[in-house]
Amino acid sequence: MAEQTVIESVRNTMQAEMRRDDSVIFLGEDIGARGGVFLASDGFVEEFGANRVIDTPLAESSICGVALGAAVNGMRPIAEIQFADFVWPAINQIIGEASKVRYGTYGVKNAPMTIRIPYGGGVRGGLYHSQSVEVLFAHTPGLSVVAPATPYDMKGLLASAIRSDDPVIVLEHKRTYRLVKGEVPSEDYTIPIGKAEIKRPGTDMTVVSYGLILHYALQAAALAENIGIDVEVLDLRTLRPIDADSIVESVSRTGKALIVQEDTPAVSISSEVSAIIGERCFFDLDGPITRLGPPDIPPMPFSPIQEAAFMPSSETIFQAITKLAEL
Amino acid sequence: MKATADGPEQTTEQPSGERMVELYRIMVLSRYLDERVWLLNRQGKAAIAASAQGHEAAQVACIEATDPSKDHYLIYYRQFTAMIALKTEPEEMLRGFLAKADDPMSAARQFPLHGAHPRVDLFNFSNVIATQLPQAAGVALADKLRGSDAVTVVFFGDGASSQGDTHEAMNFAAIHRLPVVFFCENNRYAISVPLDKQMGIESIATRAASYGFPGVQVDGTDIVAVYEAMSAAVKRARAGQGPTLIEASVERLLPHTTDDDHTRYRSSEDIAYMSERDPIRIVSAMLRRRNLLTKSQDELIHASAKERVNVATDIVDAEPYPSVETMFDHTDFDPRGRS
Repeated sequence: MAEQTVIESVRNTMQAEMRRDDSVIFLGEDIGARGGVFLASDGFVEEFGANRVIDTPLAESSICGVALGAAVNGMRPIAEIQFADFVWPAINQIIGEASKVRYGTYGVKNAPMTIRIPYGGGVRGGLYHSQSVEVLFAHTPGLSVVAPATPYDMKGLLASAIRSDDPVIVLEHKRTYRLVKGEVPSEDYTIPIGKAEIKRPGTDMTVVSYGLILHYALQAAALAENIGIDVEVLDLRTLRPIDADSIVESVSRTGKALIVQEDTPAVSISSEVSAIIGERCFFDLDGPITRLGPPDIPPMPFSPIQEAAFMPSSETIFQAITKLAEL
Repeated sequence: MKATADGPEQTTEQPSGERMVELYRIMVLSRYLDERVWLLNRQGKAAIAASAQGHEAAQVACIEATDPSKDHYLIYYRQFTAMIALKTEPEEMLRGFLAKADDPMSAARQFPLHGAHPRVDLFNFSNVIATQLPQAAGVALADKLRGSDAVTVVFFGDGASSQGDTHEAMNFAAIHRLPVVFFCENNRYAISVPLDKQMGIESIATRAASYGFPGVQVDGTDIVAVYEAMSAAVKRARAGQGPTLIEASVERLLPHTTDDDHTRYRSSEDIAYMSERDPIRIVSAMLRRRNLLTKSQDELIHASAKERVNVATDIVDAEPYPSVETMFDHTDFDPRGRS
């Protein structure tokens, strides 16, 4: 058991999976000698060689299209999109193609591929290095989407993604890469895709979140404890398939739900969670389903003042908790 | 490559006379099946069809130069003849067109000729033009990493040559010297848009030079020329020397699909010109000139093909449609509970 950052967990997990299975290959921009812009593959080309650690041209559609072709021909590619903001040229190969391979061929083909996407803001990334891109993927049947928030969950879910026989999108919040540390057992383990986790048990309300904002929610819950509000924090961990049963179990027990996310709230994960709660917890609720997110403007300003005002924070989450608790 | 059927003896290998007649037989069967599918469309039984009429010689000669026991084929929607050459049965294709339960490619989930075949490694995931080219590079990459000498053949049209994915795929394949043959069936129209509105050059094959591999333009009505060009490309790919782009000039004898009317955008002169380039007539005449085929043998080939298609149509027409429940197969969706 050793303490690792999230990015160390990403690197160690990919390395372990590449050692464990020769069919795992890694493709992306600047992942070879550079070791990736976040150093997720630091030392990989030296260990695994340029055949398995492939520095690609700057062309995201072919990164994902080539990965898909290799996947249907016996490989288990991991494709890295350097920043989530750059995934749009590859959307067709992911949503249009990879997601439908098993269904569209009636199971004759399948695509065991992982697409790792560093996403999210709070890093002075401006409009094109801050985006949250989860909604389109989470909307798409045939894809799985995970968004691990801790080094422990990253190892378990990234290993599950790489070993999956179908495409999995792994959303890695850039701000957590070096900010969040935690214990990671050295032995092999996986976390099943599709299972949320209660990161903090509580009785007065449920705060549902994922990614970087989960950590702010935990800080806000600690602040709320000081004033006598016992908050449960549920980490979705997987955004597709979303763990509706865990959401319903928690909210039915606490009677109140606050959903917090960094992504634009309109037609989003918080919309979906709200619908699940509305459909299945209606008679258990003793307050309105409440959502907290950024304003409905393009994410997110480069200005540090505006960026800070844009992002949900432990303070704004705490305020939302106290307001909901009073209802 | 300037090979023609009636030219001097080529130094490269040619199909035997017997094989050339067999390729012609496949072309004729493809033509009758193609015509039948259009008829079934007009009868309201087949929702949509895209025709291979005019492309038959290019497709059959392309496949002839490959090894279906190990090679990979990423086809697109106009690939009747290639599929017959790969030994899929007329019944199998008709099941796709009539959306029957036993459609082997997708169990009637997808448009005809889309999906993947369970016996031969031929597949066509989508209708989105040119997405198959980067995928083909990936298929070939996997073979290269494994040390296999299998070759990947990816089919596309002139329309697809405009897509960014085509550029990305050719660039990637060139960098890694991948065993892939880019086989472009240039029928001069992207639905209604003619070549001079698609590109500022005369030949798609010339683009290969900018990636660093050979590009060859051949007459796609000439099975010998296509076979020779394709054989050279396959040999090169198997030897680890990298990709080749082959541009086969063909005619699209029918509108884009059963939903199109090409008299809205093709001149009568153009239609008359293309009719002169019907590969069935051209290959038949070539075989007759070479004394490989008699008139009565030719008639028998046509009669047999027609009968084969009649038999297949009767069989498939009587087959059941898939049940509603099977639309959930190969998913995690539980129709009895929550999604």
